[in-house]
Amino acid sequence: MTKLYFLNSSIFIYKKMIIKTFPHGIHPPEKKVLSASSPIETLPPPEKVIIPLLQHFGNPAQPLVKKGDEVSLGQVIGQAEGLFSAHVHSSVSGKVLAVDNYHHPLGRSLLAVTIANDGQDRYISSLAGANDPFSLSPEEIRHLVQEAGIVGLGGAAFPTAVKLSPPKDKPIDTVIINGCECEPLLTADYRLMLEYPECILKGAELIRIATSAQKIIIGIEDNKKDAFNLLRQKLKINSIELALLKTKYPQGAEKNLIYALLGREVPRGGLPFDVGVVVQNVATTKAIWEAVSQGKPLYERVITVSGEGIREPKNLLVRIGTPFKTAIDYCGGLKEGVNLLVMGGPMMGVAQWTLEMPIIKGTSGLLAWPFSGPPREFPCIGCGRCLDHCPMNLAPTRLVKLVQFNHLGEAEDWGILDCVECGCCQYSCPAKIPLVHWIKQGKDKIISLKRQKKAK
Amino acid sequence: MTDYKFIIQSSPHWKDKDSVPKIMYAVIFSLMPAVLASLYFWRWRAISLILTCIIASLVTEALFLWLRKKPFTSLLDGSAIITGLLLALTLPPSLSLELVVIGAVMAIALGKQVFGGLGNNIFNPALVGRAFLQTAFPVAMTTWIPPVSLQVDTATFATPLAQVKFYQAVSQGTVPALKDLFWGNIGGCLGETSAVALLIGAIYLLLRKTIDWRIPTGIIISLTTLTGIFWLAKPDQYASPLFHLLSGGLLIGAFFMATDMVTSPITPLGSWIYALAIGFIIGLIRLFGGFPEGVMYSILFMNAFVPLLNRFTRPRILGERRWA
Repeated sequence: MTKLYFLNSSIFIYKKMIIKTFPHGIHPPEKKVLSASSPIETLPPPEKVIIPLLQHFGNPAQPLVKKGDEVSLGQVIGQAEGLFSAHVHSSVSGKVLAVDNYHHPLGRSLLAVTIANDGQDRYISSLAGANDPFSLSPEEIRHLVQEAGIVGLGGAAFPTAVKLSPPKDKPIDTVIINGCECEPLLTADYRLMLEYPECILKGAELIRIATSAQKIIIGIEDNKKDAFNLLRQKLKINSIELALLKTKYPQGAEKNLIYALLGREVPRGGLPFDVGVVVQNVATTKAIWEAVSQGKPLYERVITVSGEGIREPKNLLVRIGTPFKTAIDYCGGLKEGVNLLVMGGPMMGVAQWTLEMPIIKGTSGLLAWPFSGPPREFPCIGCGRCLDHCPMNLAPTRLVKLVQFNHLGEAEDWGILDCVECGCCQYSCPAKIPLVHWIKQGKDKIISLKRQKKAK
Repeated sequence: MTDYKFIIQSSPHWKDKDSVPKIMYAVIFSLMPAVLASLYFWRWRAISLILTCIIASLVTEALFLWLRKKPFTSLLDGSAIITGLLLALTLPPSLSLELVVIGAVMAIALGKQVFGGLGNNIFNPALVGRAFLQTAFPVAMTTWIPPVSLQVDTATFATPLAQVKFYQAVSQGTVPALKDLFWGNIGGCLGETSAVALLIGAIYLLLRKTIDWRIPTGIIISLTTLTGIFWLAKPDQYASPLFHLLSGGLLIGAFFMATDMVTSPITPLGSWIYALAIGFIIGLIRLFGGFPEGVMYSILFMNAFVPLLNRFTRPRILGERRWA
């Protein structure tokens, strides 16, 4: 293994660290101490898993199993449909109880496969791990990543194989590994960096090979200095550059991270490909390494269960499809008076209405706390704080007014579709206006109008 | 186990602690040094003017909330108190209380509520009230009494700007000392005379990031430049930029009136244009206009341009190529 590293990268680059960041953004309380020091624990697989067939950005997977079928751990139960899709694998071995619509943590009710766990964990994988992962060609790596059903684990769940396939006319020079974990409370990525630094470094190298890039930069915020130092110790023989970033939300947003590290601006409506960059989250990077070296499909992930409403906040390795309740009960259950349950971080996470929801590939955390309800809303007083904090440099208050008066064309001119919904505007709004809610509504309207036009 | 009921809302689930009432009360708090200075210089006249003005503003606000069937809780958001307080601080100390009440009623009614209340007005409400009084009662609004601390016994008294404008103070060498302008030992409106008191409040607001630093900076830059050019050319005819900065309503206007969030631009570029234009117009009025003072009119004039400025100064979106 050591030899290979030398082959791939003859020069060891280690620049003096300059703390970088992006303009605007916010500094919410971090509250990562709640779970930062608890090592990743493996949650015993539940008696029953509910695995939605849509857990990624794009088309839902097509079910390959029916009620009564016996399935094994790691077996493909949903076939990717089209380019923007991903395979779905069984996360336990056992009997299929139903293939039917079930609540989905992102809102709608969607097709899901319910499997009764027989507790055997009979493992089957159609994938063979490579003995020598670094000798694989980019196509072979992409193939394994696609077969393993890997999607971006940071939350957006974009199919990773697509992200590893840059178009021919857009050469990639830099791979950025996103270790920012800028959302407050979440510590899953931090624990992964502390506990699996080698997997992440090796996975990063695989991404570099798959995209034919020259350089790898791992960006870590300075509130995770121990992870940064650990990775630096492990780094000695790699061509990876480590960058310490000034802690600020939303540093982990792709376009802001690229700007912070490289000073490049992804064009409006464009992708990181357009500036020669591929960004992958550390959890995804680890999953890529496991898929390519061991042939392990993505049937489990690490999540943070935290917040003031959880009795014992923890970081857990959980099977996909585990009900929220199982994971939360393992962490001592909810405290009295909890009435807000969020999947993801407090800034971009999705509020949940029931504990019976399944954990999906995009679940980075389960957070709960008592919430007194939305604060009183005031009229916009034009303070301009939303502009001062918007990492995309938009004018949220203006966008909201344009949406409210249905001037959708003008809202588009003012960049409503560039909004990443990070929530900085609403966080800083002294009038407590639900800005993100209105902007999302405006975006939905514009996108559906565009679809209608296309259909005609 | 208890049955949990969860609230559904769209993200983000956390919010900053600052709020509209907190901002309003911070502005009121920042005006306290100026209020104390006015108490020192004008004693009971200051107390009666300020209290009358605030009470009249609150009563007018309450009346409109009742007419518009809005909850009375809006009374406590602090915005009506600010309007009343700011108006009082820009009135001549000798003004009779009936006129003060008329000014406050006009400020809230014409300045704010006819547009739809907080957040919707185009012009700074306090300045609308003052402009009404200035137009309707020009004599009362330009009659000044000396501060108690000066211990002079004259019925009327000229402000430093009026001395410069109408009494050729510069060429005759009778310009008040900058020291008096700084401490406030001069004639003028209730709260505008003491530069030091206003600056203390302004520094608090700037540190708290309540007001946009670009606006006072822009006003000061353009006024200093304009008056500085004339002063350098003919120092025996024109007053120095420092005199202009410390006299009249410049400081209260630049830090507390022009920075009113509702009536100033939201975009950074818009704020610069707005501020530079205000400073320039103040300079023009003071140097060449018929009035000795121009802060009120220049702010009101530029308030009218704020919607346009907002519209044409959209910030450059990350990744946008503008001139390509």
